[in-house]
Amino acid sequence: MAEIFAYILHKDGKADDTAYELINAAAKIDPEAPVTAVVAGSGSELDSACSEAAKIYPAVWKIDNEALAYVNAEAVRPMLVNIIPKGAVLLLPHEHFGMDLAPGLSIKLDAAYLPDVVDFEGVEGSTLNAIREEFSGMVSTHVAADLSGGVVVTVRPGAFAPDEDAAASGEVVDKSGDAGAAPALMRRYLETLVAEVGEVDITKSEILLSIGRGIEDEENLEIVFDLAKVMGADVSCSRPIVDAKWLEKSRQVGTSGQTVKPKVYIACGISGSFQHLGGIKGSPFIVAVNKNPKAPIFQAADVGVAADILEFLPELQEAIEELKG
Amino acid sequence: MEILVCVKRVPDSSENEIEVKGDGTDIERDDLVYSVNEWDNYAVEEAIQIRDKVGGTVTVASVGDEETEEVIRREMAMGADNGIHLMDDAFEGSDGKGLATTLKALVEQGSYDLILTGAQADDGAGQVGGMLAAMLDYPFASLVNLIEVVDDKKIKVGREIAGGNQEMNEIDLPCVLSIQTGINEPRYVGIRGIRKVASVEIPVKGVSDLGIDAGVVGAAGAKVKRLDYFVPELGEGAEMLEGSTEEIIEKLIELLKAKGGIK
Ligand SMILES: Cc1cc2nc3c(=O)[nH]c(=O)nc-3n(C[C@H](O)[C@H](O)[C@H](O)COP(=O)(O)OP(=O)(O)OC[C@H]3O[C@@H](n4cnc5c(N)ncnc54)[C@H](O)[C@@H]3O)c2cc1C
Ligand SMILES: Nc1ncnc2c1ncn2[C@@H]1O[C@H](COP(=O)(O)O)[C@@H](O)[C@H]1O
Repeated sequence: MAEIFAYILHKDGKADDTAYELINAAAKIDPEAPVTAVVAGSGSELDSACSEAAKIYPAVWKIDNEALAYVNAEAVRPMLVNIIPKGAVLLLPHEHFGMDLAPGLSIKLDAAYLPDVVDFEGVEGSTLNAIREEFSGMVSTHVAADLSGGVVVTVRPGAFAPDEDAAASGEVVDKSGDAGAAPALMRRYLETLVAEVGEVDITKSEILLSIGRGIEDEENLEIVFDLAKVMGADVSCSRPIVDAKWLEKSRQVGTSGQTVKPKVYIACGISGSFQHLGGIKGSPFIVAVNKNPKAPIFQAADVGVAADILEFLPELQEAIEELKG
Repeated sequence: MEILVCVKRVPDSSENEIEVKGDGTDIERDDLVYSVNEWDNYAVEEAIQIRDKVGGTVTVASVGDEETEEVIRREMAMGADNGIHLMDDAFEGSDGKGLATTLKALVEQGSYDLILTGAQADDGAGQVGGMLAAMLDYPFASLVNLIEVVDDKKIKVGREIAGGNQEMNEIDLPCVLSIQTGINEPRYVGIRGIRKVASVEIPVKGVSDLGIDAGVVGAAGAKVKRLDYFVPELGEGAEMLEGSTEEIIEKLIELLKAKGGIK
């Protein structure tokens, strides 16, 4: 059986949530396979991330290089190529850094690439069987990857349960020498621009009335703001609404927007992509209104209404107004 | 600046319900409305805006069957200068690497400074751009939501990272970028625009024109194969409120009051 490696994201010396998920993803591939965490960075923050990884993984490989103080996928890629053994399975999280690093890495390792995997069905001969989703989660697929030259996999954050016990006592091995010197970079990090806070801070809202592409037209936003007013809710949205510049970026819920923790979340005309749902934390009571009864959002919601929001929301508003008198 | 934009023809999933065929071999395609992949449309718009600012040309290329031509033509109606249609039976069943191999051969026949792809397409992979860059040994940046041309050797790009933050990078040309939605507002293409390019010749290239060995692309070269489509055994999911609209609203208000959803 192939060795499995898990790439650990970390920030301010702390391992990312996905570090606790990839160990369970690895177990789903093959519970017997040896699993090694790979942690790249520099200095004391790297060391504390490695100690945390050693509680989750039986073995930890550390890549310490000043050039990785801000981790740049273009710098890490050749270093990983130098140390990942031929034929290994390498797991990374499917988020902005994994998407930056992994596809090119699979080419350089001459390995197969399995993007955005939500589940594994194990290894059969020299094939790794996995499950993916297509069309924003509307259908699933079984996929088979040829394992003979190794496989790079990005695993969807949240798809595997985290390892709650994390009771390993892994040894940290310094692989910085084998990883080699930092390459001359054709892409150089400059700075990070932090998102502006908008007129409402949806991360603090208790009730969110959230709208998606189902609102169809900018003029229809009025319906939502009117209803939000009578409910005492704030208005948030999915990404296409921000892309269209109908609402400001600070109202976007999701992995590339805000993480919200309301008591009640009402998703209107939102299909329920994992990037959107990834921004909803703290298990709120979720209501979904969507005209497609098969929309994936109904899997995440507590209560669903199959309806056209352009008709339903004004009627709901009227009823609440009547109630309040 | 010579810019190549890679585009894909996909079923429009915001317009269609996507259903699996009875035997799981495919999705039901008969009544689907197809269009250009959403992300690719932003990439083409960005390329046109860069060209209009600094000069050069925009070429749109797509790997796909006969019908793909209409998508290339639509993007030319937006303002792209050239279209190239990569079509060959040998491409059938390509995985991401097969597509990147095909596009690499095309890139090597030209001299592009900037190559744009979408961040992802209908199958949500987000793989072709990064693979293509690695094959060409060009630098790559994913999820780009800002491009500023510095000079003819380098550009500045913003990458979208978590929490709505933006990571700024300087990147040498030639390079490959995958474009995120929201980077611009793609222009509207009307009937008149389409008519203007209706008779423009779009060259078709196959494996022999590209000098690719048919065995390294298509199903023959694929290391990753889709075995079937299915609808997963669903968990319980939401409790669907049924009845007349009035009854649904009454029930919903009750639930919202109980959960603190109405102040
Ligand atoms: C790297 C990356 C990061 C991303 N980050 C985010 C993020 O932070 N947040 C985010 O939201 N997305 C994000 N996305 C985009 C995400 O993948 C989806 O494209 C997006 O969430 C879809 O938004 P939507 O549900 O509003 O639109 P769609 O998927 O188009 O869904 C619209 C829904 O509305 C329904 N509908 C249409 N008309 C009506 C009507 N009249 N009444 C009722 N229902 C109707 C339809 O049935 C459909 O289910 C990201 C994507 C990428 C690649
Ligand atoms: N058949 C294709 N022809 C041309 N470009 C493609 C094709 N498939 C994917 N791409 C490009 O690769 C990007 C990412 O697609 P994917 O890696 O399939 O998620 C798309 O947005 C396109 O720019």
